[in-house]
Amino acid sequence: MKNRLGRAWRNPRITLSAAFITTIIGAGALAGAVAPHSPLEMHPPDRLQAPSSRYPFGTDEFGRDTLSRLLHGTRISLLVAFVAVSLAAVAGTLIGVVAAYYRGWTEIMLMRIIEVILSFPPVLLAIAVIAFLGASIRNVTLTIAVLYTPLFARVAYGTSLRVREMEFVEAARAMGARDPRIIRRTLLPNILAPLMVQFSLSLGFAVLLESGLSFLGMGPPPPAPSWGRMVSSGRHFMELSPWLVIFPSLVILGTVLSFNLLGDGLRDHMDPRLRGAGGRTGNL
Amino acid sequence: MRAFLVRRLLSAAALVCVVATIVFFLIHLVPGDPALTIIGEEHATPEKLAAVRSALGLDRPLHVQYATWAAWIVRGDLGRSLVTSRPVRQDLGLRLPRTLELIAAAVGLAVVIGVPLGVVAARHHNGPLDMGASVLALVGVSAPVFVTGTLLVLAFSVQWRLLPSSGWTAVTTDPAGHAARLLMPAVVLSAGMSAVVMRMTRSSLLEVVLQDFIRTARAKGLAERRVLFRHALKNSLIPVVTVIGVQMGNLLGGSVIVEEVFAWPGVSTYLITGVSQRDYPVVQGVVLVICLAFVLINLGVDLLYGFLDPRIRYQ
Repeated sequence: MKNRLGRAWRNPRITLSAAFITTIIGAGALAGAVAPHSPLEMHPPDRLQAPSSRYPFGTDEFGRDTLSRLLHGTRISLLVAFVAVSLAAVAGTLIGVVAAYYRGWTEIMLMRIIEVILSFPPVLLAIAVIAFLGASIRNVTLTIAVLYTPLFARVAYGTSLRVREMEFVEAARAMGARDPRIIRRTLLPNILAPLMVQFSLSLGFAVLLESGLSFLGMGPPPPAPSWGRMVSSGRHFMELSPWLVIFPSLVILGTVLSFNLLGDGLRDHMDPRLRGAGGRTGNL
Repeated sequence: MRAFLVRRLLSAAALVCVVATIVFFLIHLVPGDPALTIIGEEHATPEKLAAVRSALGLDRPLHVQYATWAAWIVRGDLGRSLVTSRPVRQDLGLRLPRTLELIAAAVGLAVVIGVPLGVVAARHHNGPLDMGASVLALVGVSAPVFVTGTLLVLAFSVQWRLLPSSGWTAVTTDPAGHAARLLMPAVVLSAGMSAVVMRMTRSSLLEVVLQDFIRTARAKGLAERRVLFRHALKNSLIPVVTVIGVQMGNLLGGSVIVEEVFAWPGVSTYLITGVSQRDYPVVQGVVLVICLAFVLINLGVDLLYGFLDPRIRYQ
């Protein structure tokens, strides 16, 4: 696994996207130090300023610096995405592995619950849940985690079904290993690769969902700077100040694109059938 | 086939019942009082609140409320809006066709854009055209609809003034205006699906051309174009239909934001208004109808397989 990951860095898609993601994470982590202004401080005389040396990305309708708000917004968007997807990954993997390993009623019950969650269109479910729980960073994070749990459960379930039939699992069982140990030491390490791909792809879509909810006014409440809300409020001033929507839009697009590119790159790299020509394919 | 259909319909009905039950309890178990929403906090007195709760049946035990609500749902009655007092079914009947029109236009565009692009990418696979199509697809999948929507409005409405930025007119009164207002939302909604359709067409086509029947078709001396369109493409469409079915759920979700961006008065803007006014029957009704549509679409996709590939037997 370590060698395979080491070789992955030679893939330009992976290096480029990882570089962008690292920059964004760094910018978010150091937002307090690198942001030129406070994200919340209003400067009424400087309302709707065009990009300049003082305000590189311009200012909004309250005279707040767009660059500083974008940098601080990075923290919220990425934190929500990372925490939500990590929770989903842990819960989903546990459900999928247990269902595949124990089969029988455990499998039927767990996978039916997963199917029920999957029968809701995700954005709709998120809106319905947040409508009733209220918009807050915690509720948005938990909602996204619940929505993405089935994706990890399905990946973990499908892969575990295959791995549990392999001889090394049989050997571990024959040597007297108990179920939790077999799951932890034998099964899990062998299903990590597809889960890592799912993790990267889910991060992209979690950023997308969080910014979409913020756009609809259902993300972290104001005045907290969030990317989706910046686009949403910037739309009212689009004719006069197009940069208010252009800069946040580009940052969201770049971040989601990078996570997807990283996920695609990792998938191609870890699945030998997809390497090179995109699988075992013919010619036209 | 009949046994399969009956079984699938029963499981779809069971799923809708489970979803409806979850929606009911989700709404009734979370904090918030609909009576307070109707009266408004400034006018609320204990007597008024009790009267409204009694009128709405909210003072009865939860299982009685559930049974009454379930009986309404079975009769197709989704209740009345707490804010406008209009039947939710009537409002949905007015708005659902608009959302379906938007989705149908997006699916049509996705097929028209995605399939030819997928064919081009497959024919030139690993070439510059293939790379270009893949990059386009990746951007299409990654771009949030509110970002593409907002940027398109900025370009086509604000800068070049070619298309109206938002709104809706009835097709019967102004067909050209209706089409002009439909174009941008449909393009935005179709972007993600076009990308997925393109990727699936490409990979499926590249796999199908390895099959024996393609070799036979070529050995018979058929022209490459005929091999591609008559034999390979038709047989590579099954996964494309599957992916369109799976993506319908995303379209239903995506339409929420697209309708909001373009002020398209469909089901989603109804939902958002319901959410902001804490109008529970509206939210409940919309969620239920969309989930029902989602289940029916999946059933339709399953049935379509047999039509596209007669080898598939329903068991």
